[in-house]
Amino acid sequence: MSRSKSNTSSAATRISSFVLIIIFITLALALAALILAIYLYNTEPTIAVYWLLLGFIGLALSTYVLFQTRQRILRLRIETPPITTTIECRKCGFKSIREFQRGDYVFKEVEPCQKCNEKMIITAIYREVREKGKKPPFPY
Amino acid sequence: MLREVEGSLYKLKYIRDEGRRIAIETIKEIGKPQTDPTARVDRFLEYFTITPQSLDPAGIVWKLEHILDVRDARFKDEVRLLAPAADETQANNLENTLEAAMALNYIYKVIRHYYLLGKKTLSLYIIMQIQMILPLVMREAEAYASALKAFAYGQPIGDGVGALVAAKLMHGHPIRKVPKDCVVAEVPFEGRTAYVIKAEGPGGNVGKPGDAIKTIIEENEGKIANIIMIDAALKLEGEEVGEVAEGVGAAIGGPGVDQFKIEETILKYRIPINAVIIKEDIGDAVSPMRKEIFEAADKAIERIRQVILERTKEGDKVIIAGVGNTIGIGQ
Repeated sequence: MSRSKSNTSSAATRISSFVLIIIFITLALALAALILAIYLYNTEPTIAVYWLLLGFIGLALSTYVLFQTRQRILRLRIETPPITTTIECRKCGFKSIREFQRGDYVFKEVEPCQKCNEKMIITAIYREVREKGKKPPFPY
Repeated sequence: MLREVEGSLYKLKYIRDEGRRIAIETIKEIGKPQTDPTARVDRFLEYFTITPQSLDPAGIVWKLEHILDVRDARFKDEVRLLAPAADETQANNLENTLEAAMALNYIYKVIRHYYLLGKKTLSLYIIMQIQMILPLVMREAEAYASALKAFAYGQPIGDGVGALVAAKLMHGHPIRKVPKDCVVAEVPFEGRTAYVIKAEGPGGNVGKPGDAIKTIIEENEGKIANIIMIDAALKLEGEEVGEVAEGVGAAIGGPGVDQFKIEETILKYRIPINAVIIKEDIGDAVSPMRKEIFEAADKAIERIRQVILERTKEGDKVIIAGVGNTIGIGQ
């Protein structure tokens, strides 16, 4: 099971093309306003300031909308952490860890040991949770 | 407030649709059906169970058991029709996958019902009620969403830690089947004979530990010195995941039929019963097993050893029952 497969995108997790077009048009217009402001700066400084302001507002707005849309999609995604399978040889103690494969189960006999050729068994299947910025335990 | 509920409802709809999609894809992949299973899956998602009438509660447990048996048989038949090529383990996993999809569908519909009702009646109180419980509902829905993937792939889940403890104890010893959908192994343990019971794995199955324990007690004519039940239990906020605790009583969840049967049997023969629980939250219980929970199985075995040494004598017979969904756990 690959991470990309488990996060298969559906219609809800894709940014609508209409929204994208609007964002990019706003972005293009904002950039055009900024360029115009630079050209007008020497000849018409007052108008240039208006264009500059308009350009920055457009730029900020389109970036904000793009960021918010992305955040909404990220919130929707169901994260599936990687699951690891531990395989052990009961005879020589050789241990190997790999990604979970469909059909794996605890105490399943799998391929022979690379060292002693004895059949190995799956001894553990689990997921590791890395909690971001975990606070120290509650003191009370 | 309305916006907040609307946003959560949108997410619930997405989770519900993902659940349905995963269930259909898994059925197509594993079950190799001749026809498109979509319509049948949609029908399955709407199944309901009517609990028995409790105006006269005498005998309600047996009525409830019968209804649950009928439901179970119906689900199994439906899965067989949906996925004819699936073997027993895969069929059990598919059944669990569909049940998780059903739960997601139900959660979405209930929240949508209150949201629309609140909008229709312009009642702030209806919206407020739903908004207040929304964080808990969302947590549960997200837990079911990750359960769905675990069931589809046959990965052990947090709830299976009791079964894992039993599997670790019985591994390498001859096993036999006991009613219903359970296995038992006679294991020499600290000079005592331990009858280790768990649901038959590795398919998604909880079995009927109540019937299994009753069978073993009756086979031994009640001469059982102690029963130790191991199960996953919901932790309170602030407690660590994988914490092991000990107590007395029948450690078993579900609708209560198995707990009732165990309590009836132990009362008849006056057998003491102990419980060892491994703490986890609802999300951990139905999603792929966390490392901390997996490691807690060894701590639980140590605790069982202590209980047996302290509460029984050498040569005694004890029952050790690992309760929980045994998906992804063999024996």
